Amino acid sequence: MPTLPSEPARGRAPYDLAVVGAGPAGLAAAVTAAELGLRVALLDAGPRVGGQYYRHPAPELGAARPDRLHHGWAVFARLRDRLRAQPRIDHLAGHHVWAAERGEPWRLHATLGPDAGDRVTVEAGAVLLATGAYERQLPFPGWTLPGVVTAGGAQAMLKAGLVLPGRRIVVAGSGPLLLAAASSLVSAGAAVPAVVEAGSYLGYARGVAALAANPAKLVEGAQHGTVLLRHGVRLRRSSAVIEAHGTDRVTAVTVARLDADWRPVPGTERRIGCDAVAIGHGLVPQIELATELGAATRTVPDGTVALAVDGEQRTSLPGLWAAGETCGVGGADLALAEGVLAAYAVAGRPAPRGALVRRRRRRAFAELMAAAHAPGVGWTDWLTPETDVCRCEEVPAGRIREAVEELGAGDARTVKLLTRAGMGWCQGRMCGAAVACLAGGPTDRPDSRPLSCPVPLAQLAEPPA
Amino acid sequence: MGRNPLDLVGAEPGPARTFTFDGRPVPALPGQTIAAALWADGVLAWRTTRVGGRPRGAFCGIGACFDCLATVNGRPNQRTCLLPAEAGDTVTTQEGHGHADLAV
Ligand SMILES: Cc1cc2nc3c(=O)[nH]c(=O)nc-3n(C[C@H](O)[C@@H](O)[C@H](O)COP(=O)(O)OP(=O)(O)OC[C@H]3O[C@@H](n4cnc5c(N)ncnc54)[C@H](O)[C@@H]3O)c2cc1C
Ligand code: FES
Repeated sequence: MPTLPSEPARGRAPYDLAVVGAGPAGLAAAVTAAELGLRVALLDAGPRVGGQYYRHPAPELGAARPDRLHHGWAVFARLRDRLRAQPRIDHLAGHHVWAAERGEPWRLHATLGPDAGDRVTVEAGAVLLATGAYERQLPFPGWTLPGVVTAGGAQAMLKAGLVLPGRRIVVAGSGPLLLAAASSLVSAGAAVPAVVEAGSYLGYARGVAALAANPAKLVEGAQHGTVLLRHGVRLRRSSAVIEAHGTDRVTAVTVARLDADWRPVPGTERRIGCDAVAIGHGLVPQIELATELGAATRTVPDGTVALAVDGEQRTSLPGLWAAGETCGVGGADLALAEGVLAAYAVAGRPAPRGALVRRRRRRAFAELMAAAHAPGVGWTDWLTPETDVCRCEEVPAGRIREAVEELGAGDARTVKLLTRAGMGWCQGRMCGAAVACLAGGPTDRPDSRPLSCPVPLAQLAEPPA
Repeated sequence: MGRNPLDLVGAEPGPARTFTFDGRPVPALPGQTIAAALWADGVLAWRTTRVGGRPRGAFCGIGACFDCLATVNGRPNQRTCLLPAEAGDTVTTQEGHGHADLAV
């Protein structure tokens, strides 16, 4: 497995397949495709393969038991061994793809390294988009205080850097990632005074069949539950952190019960002391490389937008495939199955039955989870006019409401033009969901971003090589 | 069961390296990012915002939010959650923008 962090792949014959993203989906796809005889480029912005789920410490940290922070580490270890043994894959680490160009071959433009210093172009006959997801955030007063971090971010910093943001961490928001994060945090020595879940989990009861068909997911959930029970962690359902307190860093949160629409119920507030908060409201597929080219999308039951794919993981654009969270958030097992299926399809081989069955079951489970954790419309009640909604441009909720109510902005795009919400460094990743809710427009339109990561101006001045 | 993350995974890292944060030495284990080393040292904020002058540090931990920006070896706007800490790095709190270099 040659790792070529900085060598431009120019002047070489196009690859048969370029896989963007080396998480469970991309890794499974690349290995499978190479074993079926294809020449594969596996590009990832990060230094190591594994993506979010299998994020692990740098080798220099000398972790003897990285599996202690993971479910299914053995699955990853096997994939990594197959990758290492595979001469037909070039793992292009540290390559952040910022634009894809259709054609024969396709051309992927990437910047190199964390400071986006250099760039290369990679050519391939087919492209698989396995870029995963990022977390959905719903703002609340105090969420910009230091010590308030995303649930996935706490998980990522712990898994890769072996660090915690504090000693007493409230985990809050909605979705299964909260249980995974809380379970890792307590295992690593933090106290978790509460896991605060906005959903009621009653939604699960309606999907008994999907649950029964997914014993592995239930076991994983039960294992998190066992760890949390052993550490005396309380799960508060139908509740939310409605305010974080502190001046220069978080020192406490106010938690309140929510009604069925996620409106805080007056009189139910209670204060919990903490020195950190890990917050997240599910995940949003990261699909702008494809939507920019006009790929068809679908709306998932939790309101997020994913790429629409056929039974062979094909998007609406010839030559572009997708697998994993880009097709709708569904977890690592689903991502693995979709990666395998995409590889068979690109290679023109019949799909293995086992992967088909796993995909069907896990996808049904994912849609159930999405419905159970979809944000209720009442969450905006916990905002004050001063709450910053856009973290980058520091645009408070009051100004967004003014744009909507007084200036008539009816969708996120108009709000953005009037207030600058979503125009900052993160390109609306952190505030997009919230701005869409406040604007009252469709939440299901992928905001068209011309570039998938900020690129130094100097690089845009010249046409891509 | 580990009482801290390093014990949990049985980590035996090499000797720590040192960088400076606003002139003060901070240890970093080999392989840790600047943001991780700052968290381990109890530091949660290393930037102030352009409008309100409010403190910020790492939020998303994966390079997506740009809240963890700092000036590293004289270069502003470096995402410290992605940058490995190297011995001798000079990290300074980033006041306000420095945004001129990025097309957003
Ligand atoms: C911060 C975070 C933490 C998470 N932690 C957990 C957890 O602990 N447990 C759990 O069950 N689930 C977790 N998840 C959910 C996660 O989405 C998993 O379900 C699983 O990792 C999805 O697999 P995937 O292959 O679809 O995508 P991912 O694992 O997300 O992999 C996508 C890969 O694509 C790369 N990438 C993205 N965009 C580009 C680009 N433009 N150019 C180059 N490379 C790119 C990324 O660096 C990443 O390595 C987490 C999600 C997030 C966002
Ligand atoms: S913490 Fe979000 S980019 Fe570094």
